[in-house]
Amino acid sequence: MITAKERAAIQQQFQANMNEDELMNCMRCGFCLPTCPTYIESGLQESHSPRGRIALMKAVVDGLIEPDEDVERSLNMCLGCRACEPVCPSGVRYGHLLEEARDIIAQNKRYPFLVRIIRKIVFNGLFPRQDRLRLLTSLIGFYQRSGLRTLVQRLGLLKLLPRHLAMMEHILPEVPTWKEMNDRPKQLTPHGIKKRRVAFFTGCLMDTMFMKTNDATMKLLQLAGCEVVIPSNQVCCGALHGHGGEKKQAKELAKRNIEAFEQLDVDYIITNAGGCGAFLVEYDHLLKDDDWAERAKAFARKIKDISEVLVELNFHQTKLKVKPQVVTYQDSCHLRNVMKVANAPRLLLQAIEGAEFREMKDADRCCGSAGIYNIVEPEMSMQILDYKMTQAKQTKATTIVTANPGCLLQMKLGIEREGLAGQVRAVHIVEFLLEAAVESGLLEEREKPMNESVRKTS
Amino acid sequence: MEKKGWGKLITETVKQQLIQIVGCENYDDSKAGRLVYSYDATPQFQSLPDAVIAPRNTKEVADIVKICNEHRIPIVPRGSGTNLCAGTCPVEGGVVLIFKHMNKILEIDEENLTVTVQPGVITLDLIKAVEEKGLFYPPDPSSMKISTIGGNINENSGGLRGLKYGVTRDYVMALEVVLANGEVIRTGGKLAKDVAGYDFTRLFVGSEGTLGIITEATLKLIPLPETKQTMLALYQDLEAAARSVSKIIANKIIPTTLEFLDQPTLEVVEDYARIGLPTDVKAVLLIEQDGPHEVVERDMKRIAEICQEEEATVQIARSEAEADALRTARRSALSALARLKPTTILEDATVPRSEIAKMVKAINEIAAKYHVKICTFGHAGDGNLHPTCPTDVRDRDEMERVEKAFEEIFAKAIELGGTITGEHGVGAMKAPYLEWKLGKAGIEAMKAVKQALDPNGIMNPGKIFAKSERKRVVVTR
Repeated sequence: MITAKERAAIQQQFQANMNEDELMNCMRCGFCLPTCPTYIESGLQESHSPRGRIALMKAVVDGLIEPDEDVERSLNMCLGCRACEPVCPSGVRYGHLLEEARDIIAQNKRYPFLVRIIRKIVFNGLFPRQDRLRLLTSLIGFYQRSGLRTLVQRLGLLKLLPRHLAMMEHILPEVPTWKEMNDRPKQLTPHGIKKRRVAFFTGCLMDTMFMKTNDATMKLLQLAGCEVVIPSNQVCCGALHGHGGEKKQAKELAKRNIEAFEQLDVDYIITNAGGCGAFLVEYDHLLKDDDWAERAKAFARKIKDISEVLVELNFHQTKLKVKPQVVTYQDSCHLRNVMKVANAPRLLLQAIEGAEFREMKDADRCCGSAGIYNIVEPEMSMQILDYKMTQAKQTKATTIVTANPGCLLQMKLGIEREGLAGQVRAVHIVEFLLEAAVESGLLEEREKPMNESVRKTS
Repeated sequence: MEKKGWGKLITETVKQQLIQIVGCENYDDSKAGRLVYSYDATPQFQSLPDAVIAPRNTKEVADIVKICNEHRIPIVPRGSGTNLCAGTCPVEGGVVLIFKHMNKILEIDEENLTVTVQPGVITLDLIKAVEEKGLFYPPDPSSMKISTIGGNINENSGGLRGLKYGVTRDYVMALEVVLANGEVIRTGGKLAKDVAGYDFTRLFVGSEGTLGIITEATLKLIPLPETKQTMLALYQDLEAAARSVSKIIANKIIPTTLEFLDQPTLEVVEDYARIGLPTDVKAVLLIEQDGPHEVVERDMKRIAEICQEEEATVQIARSEAEADALRTARRSALSALARLKPTTILEDATVPRSEIAKMVKAINEIAAKYHVKICTFGHAGDGNLHPTCPTDVRDRDEMERVEKAFEEIFAKAIELGGTITGEHGVGAMKAPYLEWKLGKAGIEAMKAVKQALDPNGIMNPGKIFAKSERKRVVVTR
């Protein structure tokens, strides 16, 4: 519920803060419609399209309508995948409009008590604090390793959860131990001649829950000839906050990251998660009205995705091979639509001997993960995922490669839902590339990563 | 400028009757639900409908129409809302009908070379479906990826291939229409010849939803041409480009496509598409020819010569991907121009092909006279130009000048034997100008047709026929 008082406050702030030029820049041609997953999956409902959402935002600014539940619903239903942006001839920056609108609503609306507590824990207590994330991850590790998990599964306690959440439990990676998480490298030397000096943005979840992906990334950077610096004072990128209507927190995190990286004298700041990378690359927008604007610009200019730097350093021209298999690639929306990286991952995959690359139809359409969207909007998310899996199955791929942890988990969830566990696996591109590097003898045995095997369904 | 919602046209009883027909999931009268159907792609037109209804079949459409007719509730049929004449803006409120459920390709008849569709089918989906069978549906409006066939028929849409293949009108063979009294009629058929009575099919094509609701259509198909070639001709002189257009046609060559883009348009399109379009030339022509290999080769060679005689540099697309990128870029021209300023006013004055150079010259002179920026692109081969003005609705002074400039462009087009709209339709936007083209008697005859078929004026009211004599293109107050 949004009370009348809240509505008035939201409307007033829409009028004060929404970028009117950007709203007017939408000339309503509808070129965005065929690319919007929620428009398609909702059975072509204009209110679930970018054009419709912009019209609603503008109507609130114009005073034509009040920001009622239906308006909020329309904005909430958006994945934020930003597929509408590259196809927009007028160049409307829809993502920025959405972020601003969500921030205004979140800051003026009084959520139910439980939601408030959860938001506070997640946004303030957990994600900005890497030590707490490590602790949480250790607890998950304890759950996974101590036999507690087996017990929970035996007792059928997971059945108490909604189906998709129960499956989530299932697809979480085998997490690292407390000790492993606290023993992270600060600097790494290149294998062979040094070609670049780069900093590595480790991310919050990536350096705990998905630590193996980070390890693989750093290993690849070394192999490609990079000296790697990993500043330990970096923090969560703030994407979760930015997309969730907590812009103020996001700005704080951005500033801490800029401070952590700006003195390092590196060629690039490397990311391996499309979601984080896209947020980092837009720090200049986030801090545009701030004293930090210039520093943010300098930071944003250096952001580069791992696949791009690997292609730049001709890593795809080294001999890479894997066991014969069919491979397909699911774009990370933010990597593709915001960082504009679509070719590099494909080039890399196509360069691997033994990997038969097959493009899946609509690979550029969102998988429905979208941050925490699959938890808060499970129905739409699963509908989108089912479409995705239909396309993935068409390719007959046994390996689905992604470039973002959220997408990776979602693809794993899709594999579980389709009952394909054991036959099809989902991997992050860096893990697949490392697998190829090991297979072709680029790495010594002792340096081999701990490959996560496809876990059998119980 | 923007009208608030109209008084309550739909009473609770009527609402319940309508819900009874389509089910509550297909009836939406929420504020947000109505707001998102209050506009189309026409700038400066917005008006809330009272309800949005998604019928599932012809019977439901007929039942809805009967109720609306009884209670004098306006009905606006809407495809994807991409039209550019405010044709689907519910200016008098009422019901917006959407066809998301009626979106099936019913039949592709390979013996009669026809396709039968429901109105909600997306144009490009239809084109792809028939091409899979080696058949060709030529009308390709720039919005074909989004637009529906129902919308195309109601607006009689054109497209890039119009020069050689004609427009939507030339491909509609039969229609199923729900009339304002709720009766369902069928016009035409899968017939090469049919002179049984008035040509109702043609009457309904381009009627902008003012005469009835189209619920099914049978369209003509032709064999898919064997090959196609694409060329860009680059000019340092705008009028030389326009002269080439007339010359090509005077040389008895009808290319599939003959599109014109001036420098400002090229700049914004390249800014968006990034495919290496030249931005250091004054104009380009995008020329395509299709057909048997030898014919295409011969025509393209001759066209290249003609362009070179007008001092053009000629580039041939090396691959279909490159050609497609050029076409896609051209289709984005209007929306890309929206990058320049908050408001984008577009027109589609059309002249006989022979007059295209004069029209281009006149547009530039008029723009200079009123100190407004006008970018021009369009289907030069059809004599159909889209002079487009990037402006800002908040700048009243400039808007007045834009208004005057466009008025003069219209007058010039008519003076050259042309029309006020070639393919976008009259809608609410150009209604005040229709009389310039038709004359008083012409308008009266059209009104008589409207009166006969829709005596209560419920079918998309406020379109085609102006309420007042006051003319306006862009300025509303």
